[in-house]
Amino acid sequence: MNQLSERKYIIAGVIILIGLIYIFRLFYIQVIDDSYKLDARNQAFRYNTEFPVRGYIYDRNNKLLVYNEAAYDLMVLPKKIKNLDTMDFCNLVGITKDVFIRKMKKAVQAPNSPRKQSIFEKQLSPKEYASLQERLYRFPGFYVQSRTLRKYPKRIAAHMLGYIGEASKETTEKDPYYNEGDYLGISGIEKTYEKALRGKKGMHIMMVDVHNREKGSYMNGLYDTMAIPGKPLTSTIDGDLQEYAELLMQNKIGSVVAIDPSTGEILSIVTSPTYDPNLFVGRARNKNYGLLSQDSIGKPLFNRSTMASYPPGSTFKLIMALIGLHEGVLTPNTRYPCARGYPPLGGRPKCHPHPSPQDLVGAIGTSCNSYFSFVFKSVIDDKKYHDTYKAYANWRDIATSFCLGTKTGSDLANELRGNVPSIKYYDKVFGKGSWKASTVISLGIGQAEMGITPLQNANLVAIIANKGWYYTPHIVKAIGGNPNDTLLDRFKVKHNTMITDTNIYNEVIKGMARAVEGGTAGALKIEGIPYGAKTGTAQNPHGKDHSVFVCFAPLENPKIAVGILIENAGFGSTWAGPIARLMMEKYLKGKITRPDLEKRMIEGDLIHKAKPKPVETKKRP
Amino acid sequence: MRQKNAPSIFHNIDWITVLIYLVLVVAGWMNIYAAVYNEEHYIITDTSQKYGKQMIWIITALMLAFIILIIDENFYTAFAYFIFGAFLLANIAVPFLGREIKGSRSWFRFGDFGIQPAEFMKFATNIALAKFLSNQNIKIADYKNTFITLLLIGVPLLIIKGLQDETGLAIVFVAFIFTLYREGLSVNYLLLGFLAIILFILALLINNIYLFIFIISLCTIALLFIKRNRKNLFIVAAIGLVACSMVKGTSTVYEHMEPHQKVRIDVLLGRGTVDLKKEGYNVNQAKIAIGSGGFLGKGYLEGTQTKYDFVPEQDTDFIFCTVGEEWGFVGSAFVIILQITLILRIIFMSERQRSPFSRIYGYGVASVLFFHLTINIGMTIGLAPVIGIPLPFFSYGGSSLWSFTILLFIFIKLDSHRLQILR
Repeated sequence: MNQLSERKYIIAGVIILIGLIYIFRLFYIQVIDDSYKLDARNQAFRYNTEFPVRGYIYDRNNKLLVYNEAAYDLMVLPKKIKNLDTMDFCNLVGITKDVFIRKMKKAVQAPNSPRKQSIFEKQLSPKEYASLQERLYRFPGFYVQSRTLRKYPKRIAAHMLGYIGEASKETTEKDPYYNEGDYLGISGIEKTYEKALRGKKGMHIMMVDVHNREKGSYMNGLYDTMAIPGKPLTSTIDGDLQEYAELLMQNKIGSVVAIDPSTGEILSIVTSPTYDPNLFVGRARNKNYGLLSQDSIGKPLFNRSTMASYPPGSTFKLIMALIGLHEGVLTPNTRYPCARGYPPLGGRPKCHPHPSPQDLVGAIGTSCNSYFSFVFKSVIDDKKYHDTYKAYANWRDIATSFCLGTKTGSDLANELRGNVPSIKYYDKVFGKGSWKASTVISLGIGQAEMGITPLQNANLVAIIANKGWYYTPHIVKAIGGNPNDTLLDRFKVKHNTMITDTNIYNEVIKGMARAVEGGTAGALKIEGIPYGAKTGTAQNPHGKDHSVFVCFAPLENPKIAVGILIENAGFGSTWAGPIARLMMEKYLKGKITRPDLEKRMIEGDLIHKAKPKPVETKKRP
Repeated sequence: MRQKNAPSIFHNIDWITVLIYLVLVVAGWMNIYAAVYNEEHYIITDTSQKYGKQMIWIITALMLAFIILIIDENFYTAFAYFIFGAFLLANIAVPFLGREIKGSRSWFRFGDFGIQPAEFMKFATNIALAKFLSNQNIKIADYKNTFITLLLIGVPLLIIKGLQDETGLAIVFVAFIFTLYREGLSVNYLLLGFLAIILFILALLINNIYLFIFIISLCTIALLFIKRNRKNLFIVAAIGLVACSMVKGTSTVYEHMEPHQKVRIDVLLGRGTVDLKKEGYNVNQAKIAIGSGGFLGKGYLEGTQTKYDFVPEQDTDFIFCTVGEEWGFVGSAFVIILQITLILRIIFMSERQRSPFSRIYGYGVASVLFFHLTINIGMTIGLAPVIGIPLPFFSYGGSSLWSFTILLFIFIKLDSHRLQILR
């Protein structure tokens, strides 16, 4: 028996061995391998996102521009659907079985998947939501997620405000904050100030059982986070002025930008034609977007204020004068001849009839092409640089310091740089060393390859009004009521141009004042408010010239600088001038003293007149 | 050598064993409460809930234990075969007399409570086995005796499997192999069994052709090293042939199995793709529950996987998941150590018996407990096939608790009289 009793050790050994194996195995799956913890969370937890309220947007006088309205999306997670009574469900949601099948197909196919939640029915009304919410518990796999829709009480500033839309796949891959279907700013300040406006999503962890029934919040909400509401924005826009400007600009193609020169705040920024921002909200957006994008003449979706490049034309003559005076090649008394054009090149660029020769103030007042061609030539051929290239580079540097050919750095989404041609560019076009001042003479009058956005145009006026400096033009003055938010710090930096001598500016401003007192803008005086202006036409190789007008008021301590361009509208004083004048009066006085002018501007229709009438091609039998 | 004054019935009782028993039973009860926790019925003694019922089972089990301690220790030797026969009859009768519950034909119903005679067959068989093997004329090595022994184990197994279709309850009888081994079953049988199991597994995992080639080459190599005479040649050839036919047989049996059985084997062996929503669901959920417990667990009543029904059968066969989830590694290791300690204690006690009957009975208890422990916990952590048998003293259920209590306390009773007579 002794030998057999030895077997107890083997038996005990086997028992202990199994015990050890099991304990090691437990140690592995419980302590070392984390995947089970993740699986458990995925199964037993439901992460309910709490969407924060998106920040409202106010104008500079705290009038509401954008607010929110609640909307509800019916979501589906196909994997969790169980024992679905299709007919019952269709009746509840109010769809047919075919629609249901189509939508389910969409929910399970790429890019969606049965394991991923997707929107089944978008933006239910509060009423639909109420009736659904009560009975939805019977349909596991379906639930409602609330969202916010933007509403625009004033129906203005569509381009500036921009719109919100669902996050694309690229966005969600790049930024883990967003899930597909989340809303975010797509354009305008909705995009620029997305982070401030959106707030922070909250997360509630709910426990669910195997039947997907909620069983209360996990750890009494210890790990839950509350949604932090988005911050409201205070825009620099003057809602009334904006609304008025849009009214004046109706049925015209172009853009107006008004800036408070002392702060760089944009008072009004209009792209015309525009559209009602409410069209871009909710389920109708896709349809309306399609309709608007079909308008190939007005191109209402094209944000001209910051995205269109026009030749600066006459506005640039002001800069040319400044550069000439700064470089010492021009004095206020310098006179140049004009023979309906620039005489050294046989009358090109052309000019219109006016007394000749005249001094600087006269040349600004009459916008003489010949005069500023002479100025340009004298700057580029300036002996002190010994070299055309150096002189040109200097000229270009000065122009760039006026924010030309470079983004202003504003907080408007998508801004074009514009163009001041570089030496490299001309070397490529004409050959190295084979171009000189007279080759590119039309730069002097703001034509040729020069391009400028309406925003840059207005900023240019603000610089002249300020006599040499500017704040970066911007559209938001306070975030969450705080004007000192760090996001706004860059708008408090004063930028000096390369020309800072105020005497130089005074000469140019004198010319601009002359234009109003007895020049091209003589018919646009505002009683009691002396202001400076410059009319112009921007030559348009594609058709009738663009109507350009820049002005600022009042002459002392300017409060508003306006740059306006209307496409194919001819002389600056016909359309652009009156509109700018009315805006300034509206802003400074609050009332209009020229109802006749106002009426003509509002009623003026330059789009539909310009449209060629369809030709009758039907032949009589 | 009876003492004249009959001592207290608690005299000489092995209190360590009783203490471990009580700890396990109470811990089991607490975990059943957590597993089916229901806020509307939060009172642990609410008898409309399983934890309330389990309380009743525990109280009655303790009464049974007490009764067993009162009953004369000679009763079991005297009536060993009678007890065996009676329970065998009950098991034969139950499919015909009992009521069907959830498709199972193994229950006698008494109102709200049910009794599963198959559970009690364990201790009945153990008594009979102990009685038979303790006969001094019996040598297990005799073919005749081996046959009778196998009959004692095999008949209950076949009845429970065949008539009641309770695979889990039937397969437990395999556990008595440990007893037989201790009592002199040739190691060769066990080695053969072990090799057979390996062959079974390989047959399912490896292409049979390669296995045949492997066996044949192994036999050929063996022939190179042993004396080549006719007898050895015959033995090697026979072994090779048996091995090959086992491989073939395994594959054939597997092919003819029912789908759910095939799947269980597949899950265990990690064969093919296991659908975690269907056949792999139980084990996967069990592993998730246990694995998510971490080192210290989620805290009592804080488990989500078991409480919210992700784990099936979380109060009976998968009760260990609740331990793993809520008490973590510390708790589950504690339960394993406690169970192993109990088993080792029983072996230790068995070895100190003077009477072979008591010793053999004790080994039977240890074997059954060990088998249950190995399979039950093994299946929750993916180391054993899913066979529906309870965790001793822990799982919900009156029959199993009673049966384990009777099994254990008969041995405690026998042990308390170990010094008195040589049966």
